[in-house]
Amino acid sequence: MTVVANAFGEALRLLISFDAELMSIVALSLQVSLGALLIAAVIGLPFGAALALYEFPGRRSITVFLNALMGLPPVVVGLFVYLALSRAGPFGFLELLFTPTAMVIAQTILITPIIAALTRQLVEDLWREYGEQLRSLGSGAGRAIPTLLWDARYALVTVLLAGLGRAMAEVGAVMIVGGNIAGFTRVMTTSIALETSKGNLSLALGLGIVLMLLALIVNAAAHLVRETATRQLG
Amino acid sequence: MKTILRTLAVLALFAGANPATAADRTIRLASTTSTENSGLFSHLLPAFEARTGIRIHVIAVGTGQAIRLAKRGDADVLLVHHKPSEERFVREGFGVRRHDVMYNDFVLIGPAGDPAGIRGGKDVTAAFRKIANAKATFVSRGDDSGTHKKERGLWRAAQVDIKAVGSRWYRETGSGMGAALNTASGLSAYVLSDRATWIAFRNKGALDLLVEGDKRLFNQYGVILVNPRKHPHVKAKDGNAFIAWLTSADGQKTIAAFKVKGLQLFFPNAK
Amino acid sequence: MSTLNSILPLRLEHVSYAVRGRTLIDAIGTTFQAGARTIILGPNGAGKSLLLRLCHGLLTPTDGRVVWGGPFAKEARKRQAMVFQRPVMLRRTAAANIDYALALRGFSGNDRKTRLSEALRNTGLSELANQPARVLSGGEQQRLALARAWSLEPEVLFLDEPTANLDPAASRAVERIIGAIHASGTKIIMTTHDLGQARRLADEVLFLHGGRLVERSPAETFFEKPRTDTADAFMRGELYW
Repeated sequence: MTVVANAFGEALRLLISFDAELMSIVALSLQVSLGALLIAAVIGLPFGAALALYEFPGRRSITVFLNALMGLPPVVVGLFVYLALSRAGPFGFLELLFTPTAMVIAQTILITPIIAALTRQLVEDLWREYGEQLRSLGSGAGRAIPTLLWDARYALVTVLLAGLGRAMAEVGAVMIVGGNIAGFTRVMTTSIALETSKGNLSLALGLGIVLMLLALIVNAAAHLVRETATRQLG
Repeated sequence: MKTILRTLAVLALFAGANPATAADRTIRLASTTSTENSGLFSHLLPAFEARTGIRIHVIAVGTGQAIRLAKRGDADVLLVHHKPSEERFVREGFGVRRHDVMYNDFVLIGPAGDPAGIRGGKDVTAAFRKIANAKATFVSRGDDSGTHKKERGLWRAAQVDIKAVGSRWYRETGSGMGAALNTASGLSAYVLSDRATWIAFRNKGALDLLVEGDKRLFNQYGVILVNPRKHPHVKAKDGNAFIAWLTSADGQKTIAAFKVKGLQLFFPNAK
Repeated sequence: MSTLNSILPLRLEHVSYAVRGRTLIDAIGTTFQAGARTIILGPNGAGKSLLLRLCHGLLTPTDGRVVWGGPFAKEARKRQAMVFQRPVMLRRTAAANIDYALALRGFSGNDRKTRLSEALRNTGLSELANQPARVLSGGEQQRLALARAWSLEPEVLFLDEPTANLDPAASRAVERIIGAIHASGTKIIMTTHDLGQARRLADEVLFLHGGRLVERSPAETFFEKPRTDTADAFMRGELYW
């Protein structure tokens, strides 16, 4: 338990001293995960909405499969992307392995199903509420996609936060495709893994506390945004 | 559709953009977790970069994985510590030439209480036999690393069929050296470790160094350039610059100068 | 822009609607002409709401046809509107909700701005224009739904029990607006449970029972002396299903 107590001390020390290495690791973590979130949102939001609104054969199977993909193990995604980006693999010529870009790709693959599946559910519920009126006004399924996504914007913030949380918390994918290279592809989670393997348990846990603080700040900010907006727009 | 893919690729590149990469000369070194965990690279590589302007990206994984990585062409230089595997790597055409770099040794770690009674022994195979007879908990890395291969070799030398003992006392964690040490600490178990990782390790708990000095615990490190004929993209010039420096008087001195808690961890022996 | 008789008459030819083997609308044949305010009455489960949706195109008949007439029959879809029992508003301001419908129809520029402000004014909602639509009261939201429909200048306005969830004052306000919309040239086809409301608003009555069109009469006839026994029982409050 002293490890835990020391961990808080370590976390404080790291934060107060604005440790340069820590700052760059935090910056990279945010860069990678936010980058992945952006791309995952661009793909996942419309895809999830379309899945909710368009009827086509195989729709139910795709939905079930998409929901299952939410449970993709990060290490499996990492392995898959590694094999694809490896020099011996199909996309080796892109020279992306062991770079932050590869990490963004892996995390995007990891969280897009989450964003799409949760969006699908939200939009489906909304369509049940709005569908008749929107169709009466002349909106087809396609036209309704941006309308419903915008209408669900506050609930979607929660969806995006879920995706971001998953990205920032995972270590399996970024470890394999990034290689945990010091000063280049080292992020919070891989640092924690490294320090743990060196036996620096207090430091590892301290880093974990810093990571949690980061997550807290992001979530608090999103909550504030939702609160003020809901108050203004019902 | 194409514009969408292109935009996404640009987004990904932008998101992963790192100003440092574009202009620098960098090479990729596949090495082992034990070497990384000891802290040697943090000491060694900045010296090389200062001298040559070449930055080295270290991918630290188990020896087996490092070799496979190098075979696939995902690294430029290989630095591991299992001579038979390294020689096979060169023989099969994946590497140009193997150079000795440095050595250290393995040590047998175990619980301070030492239920198998091996403390202070000079014969490591005898110690292994005692552990097997006592069925004392033993943590194996089980990850096809240099350490793991060395350990398996020692069981063979001790004439213990380690594959047949089951997992009641022989625990294969499939992990790096540090993680294995953490597990051994948690289980109060025996574990074979390289000395460098052990000295640098900060979670020793009730573990102690019990057996050392046997010649069979000798641990040799070798460095190899990945063969540009097999993988034309390999950065041969800079890779060779690194190998040349590592085996030069300057590099060897830098290796010897690396100390943890006042102890030298790696002993240069390039020819 | 609206012209009478450009998509009417609306003809129902042997229209049926069945779900999972159950016939909910049974071979209804009738014609709706411009001018009269048509109220559809009937007990619960008679199929009133279904019939509205079949006419408006939200449902497709499983048998028979819904045929719009007139020179602009092909554009019938864009010249109707519907108001539902529960107003459905987007998470935007009141004005934005009307604007959304106008944009969807293709109105733009000054025409759009004028329609928007007039619709708000004619329904007494100008002051609430910038309020979030969803914080308005039930009555205000329903008036907003009417404003939204009216801004499109539909030739036919379908209403499905528009005051079922409103208090008497709000109901009267809605009825006044419906009257005004009718006066501006829109055909009204409406269902209601409120017989008093039906008496106030109807020019003619369609009476449904069990998915069938049982009686169709001018309002006075239906309310004074219905021609069928079922309708008569209904008016006396003795028709239970």
